[in-house]
Amino acid sequence: MIYEVFRQERRGQPFQHAGSLTAPDTRFAEIYAREQYGRRQESVALWLVPREAVREIDDFPDEFDLKYRRVDGYSIKTRLREARERAGTLETAPGAEE
Amino acid sequence: MDARTQEFLEYVQSGGQVETGDWMPDEYRSKLVKFIEMHGNSELMGVLPERDWILRAPTLQRKLALTAKIQDEVGHAQLIYRVVEDLGKPRTACLDDLVSGKAKFHNVFHYPTKTWGDVGVIAWLVDAAAIVSQKALLKCSYAPYARIMKKICWEESFHILHGRDVILAMVTGTQEQFELVQEALDRWWEPLMHFHGNPIPADEDPMFLWRIKSQGNEEARQQFLDGYVPQIRELGLEIPDPALRKDEEKGVWLYTEPDWEKLRAVVTGNGPASQERLAFRRLSREDVAWVERVVLAEAA
Amino acid sequence: MTRDRIELLLSIADDELFLGWRNSEWTGIAPFLEEDVAFSSIAQNEIGHARALYELAAAELGTTADELAFDRKPEEYRCAPLVQLRRLEWARTIARHWLYETADEIRLAALKASDDPEIAGVAAKIDREEAYHRMHAEMWIDRLLASEEGRARLNEAMDELWPYALGVLDDELRPELRRRAQERLGRTLADVEPIPRGVHEAELAELWQEMTAVRRSAPAGSQW
Repeated sequence: MIYEVFRQERRGQPFQHAGSLTAPDTRFAEIYAREQYGRRQESVALWLVPREAVREIDDFPDEFDLKYRRVDGYSIKTRLREARERAGTLETAPGAEE
Repeated sequence: MDARTQEFLEYVQSGGQVETGDWMPDEYRSKLVKFIEMHGNSELMGVLPERDWILRAPTLQRKLALTAKIQDEVGHAQLIYRVVEDLGKPRTACLDDLVSGKAKFHNVFHYPTKTWGDVGVIAWLVDAAAIVSQKALLKCSYAPYARIMKKICWEESFHILHGRDVILAMVTGTQEQFELVQEALDRWWEPLMHFHGNPIPADEDPMFLWRIKSQGNEEARQQFLDGYVPQIRELGLEIPDPALRKDEEKGVWLYTEPDWEKLRAVVTGNGPASQERLAFRRLSREDVAWVERVVLAEAA
Repeated sequence: MTRDRIELLLSIADDELFLGWRNSEWTGIAPFLEEDVAFSSIAQNEIGHARALYELAAAELGTTADELAFDRKPEEYRCAPLVQLRRLEWARTIARHWLYETADEIRLAALKASDDPEIAGVAAKIDREEAYHRMHAEMWIDRLLASEEGRARLNEAMDELWPYALGVLDDELRPELRRRAQERLGRTLADVEPIPRGVHEAELAELWQEMTAVRRSAPAGSQW
């Protein structure tokens, strides 16, 4: 069986995919993962997941370009400038010298 | 080349990375398998020259460090063969091709290890040469391979430390110990100069074309020489190539042209220890074949 | 008292040293790669245990752990014959591994209760690491017992090594080892004469020759 291994480097950090290993069952996998991904104290915790339990989703359609969901959907630059001009704060605004 | 392949090629050449499930041209997949499999084979065969010295390490500290280094190499083979497996070639098939002599492994592992000096030279300089190549693979277009290279490079850095420490202890020891290092260096210099391959231009190298490798052979060799020639010389060791010097104007190392025909012969199984190593690997694999049978019988 | 203490420390250290050395013979050629990595860690831990014990003895003897590990004559080592045997095939390796770890657990339990705080302390530390070795050994025993071929190979190996295993422990601790082994294997083990500590197998001298070859190639006291 193939197991995917995720490791946490320090408490509080996210678990990241470390690699995979082959083992006859979970008991073997635990011992093998401990040695393969933790023997130099490089991990504080591991997650061990049978590969078939992983469901991958890699399609995220956006056919109609729904930009409001993304950062690039907001081009505030022009309007901000206009607002600052009206308020007379353009000269003192951050980055004004550029 | 069809349009889809052309697009893929441009994608990887512009720094794009590929995942296991992505579409890829057959040509790319087979080049990947060939390259990565040889790397796995090299890690596994690289165990054997040093393995002989596990029993002879002269202090407890050296014994532990050497065992740990070899353990790392087996671990690397495990990681690398898993990547190959996900590309479609099972580990058993890789091992079959390795022991039958069909698949290749790196030139340096075709040579015998004769003294404890070799153990130091291998851990320090062979691993240093390897880390130059492996660091360049951090940018490999095949992402799963690039990712495991992080762990591999990190572990290799311990090997270099261990190797350099072994060498330092010996060059500051007795005259005989110093000579053991010099003699080992004399024997290993040629394989080290062969290590990064013949100097074909990067753009004629298919592995570079597909951005499996991110640098050319000669570039890697120059980087190795730049990093290590000064470190070797400062210990009072002599590199057995009278022509070796840096052209400061051009910023490149000049050296006696290695015998590339010899390199070809060595990696095709005609090195001084090639056949013995393969025979040993075959035998030890046969010895434990029943274990897999028993373990898998129950797992099924 | 001190004599006994040193004797005790050296006999356990020598056991761990030789077993570690023998187990390290699998590095690079174990049945599969994942196992190779795991078993190599076990070998390294054993040598680490040996070093810790030698250091305690060395402090009393005014020497070093390395000198105790390498610079004695083959006949001066106190290790049990079980750990002297050279790299065995895998079923025998697992049998020895389980037998040794079980015997060691019995021995460590006694040492942890020692009045000597240093010995009790190092025994407790070793025992915490051995817990992982036992997990590994038990896992393999289960796995081998689960198939006909595995069981046959394991039983043969156990029978062959049984008199050696008894030799790891002193008289009074042997019945406990027998009880545990019989319960684990679900059968009676033969009533045999133990092959005790003090017996030197030919393999010990051979291994000693090899493990000290590099070290002996330079004058005593040279750095490596």
